[in-house]
Amino acid sequence: MAGDDLDLNSLNDADLVAQMHDDLYDGLKAEIEEAVRILLKRNWAPYKVLTESLVEGMRIVGEDFRDGILFVPEVLMSANAMKGGMAILRPLLAETGAPKIGKMVIGTVKGDIHDIGKNLVCMMMEGAGFEVVDLGINNGVEKYLAAIEEHSPDILGMSALLTTTMPYMKVVIDTLKEKGIRNDYVVLVGGAPLNESFANAIGADAYCRDAAVTVETAKALLARRQGSAQAQAQAAQ
Amino acid sequence: MRTIRERKSEGARPSGGKGAANAPLPADPDAGFDAPPSSSSADKPDTLVIACGALAKELLAAIRLNRWSHLSVTCLPAILHNRPERITEAVRGKIRANRTRYRRILCLYGDCGTGGRLDEMLVQEGVERIEGAHCYAFYAGLDAFDQMMEEEIGTFFLTDYLVRFFDRLVMEGLGLDRHPELLADYFGNYAKVVWLAQAPDADLERRAEAAASLLGLPLEKRVTGLRGLEGFLARQTLAPLASTAPQHPSR
Repeated sequence: MAGDDLDLNSLNDADLVAQMHDDLYDGLKAEIEEAVRILLKRNWAPYKVLTESLVEGMRIVGEDFRDGILFVPEVLMSANAMKGGMAILRPLLAETGAPKIGKMVIGTVKGDIHDIGKNLVCMMMEGAGFEVVDLGINNGVEKYLAAIEEHSPDILGMSALLTTTMPYMKVVIDTLKEKGIRNDYVVLVGGAPLNESFANAIGADAYCRDAAVTVETAKALLARRQGSAQAQAQAAQ
Repeated sequence: MRTIRERKSEGARPSGGKGAANAPLPADPDAGFDAPPSSSSADKPDTLVIACGALAKELLAAIRLNRWSHLSVTCLPAILHNRPERITEAVRGKIRANRTRYRRILCLYGDCGTGGRLDEMLVQEGVERIEGAHCYAFYAGLDAFDQMMEEEIGTFFLTDYLVRFFDRLVMEGLGLDRHPELLADYFGNYAKVVWLAQAPDADLERRAEAAASLLGLPLEKRVTGLRGLEGFLARQTLAPLASTAPQHPSR
């Protein structure tokens, strides 16, 4: 139950969703789990619960993080609350054939064990309808290549927190080039010490400064690729 | 029940407390610091060391031990490490504010998460920086640090400074005092704590053990002393002054 005396069951749908946005903001995992179950009982489609309550709530959190109103601990609490909701929804989303808009393989690069940002990206990408294959931390180029071969993603994501490990992203991209497969994937990079000029210099498609930007960028670049693929097909006809 | 908008209007949520309410120490994470001129020398210092506040105590000790009366010190707040994107411009500000007052300026920062931007700026300004990505590397020695990372990638490093301010910078700074359940999010991938000790004593030993215990990790101590700092400062003192001229003085 959210607050001292609030019965989530007593709220109508609109108020309950608004309350979920508040509870996500406050990182209240148990309340989010309870509210997700209530909406499902009210015959909300799992995809509708995900997008209108969890994803929208995390969008507000992400916005306030970007504006310096929220900080990393608060965002992590919110993310953990969303994870609680996602754990309930994930199997239902699969059963109900919720739309998938693309697949991403993502991992922290070799020599780096930092994964807070990468985990946030995984969660937000999954919430946005992407299938996410998380390789975890400390990934050498061979792990990225094996995952690409196994999962055939649309997007390859790489994360690094350290100035000393971020150059490894170029090793991975150069290897993709050597194998002639670089342009088969959208390559997104992120992490605290990175910036756009670094991403350009190593040959990535884009630098994503946070999880919300990653989602927006991934959607935009995939749409562009699909658009150009369609244009090529039409030109060939 | 307060809405999100109501909460926003109440202002930003603090990222952490201010720590002890005592008067600022030379190494207070939230405060900058300028070393008073040495009273033991009539010579006016001709070299300014711009340093991270996390190095203030050790830097002053090295200066005192070596009787480097030609060195003057100004420190930026160590808390800048929580916003590394601000370090470069803060250091540049110190350089420009002091350019005409000193014959030579040195920078005692690692890259410190600036992604190479600090070094780019220092090249523009013609200021030499101590070698290494962070203070752990130049305290331990670059090769020794690399070897430690090779042995265990999941190593969380402490210096004397971090041991002293562990509660403020780690527990409060990461929100673990308010949300202890986040411990696994932050430290789940770490396997041990290595304390790079500059001047260990019984109090620091106790604090380092308590810090590692809070993180649930085993503690290893390696005494580094001050030779990393001393070596850099001694070498720079012998280096020709021409190397410190700014490349783009008009910028």
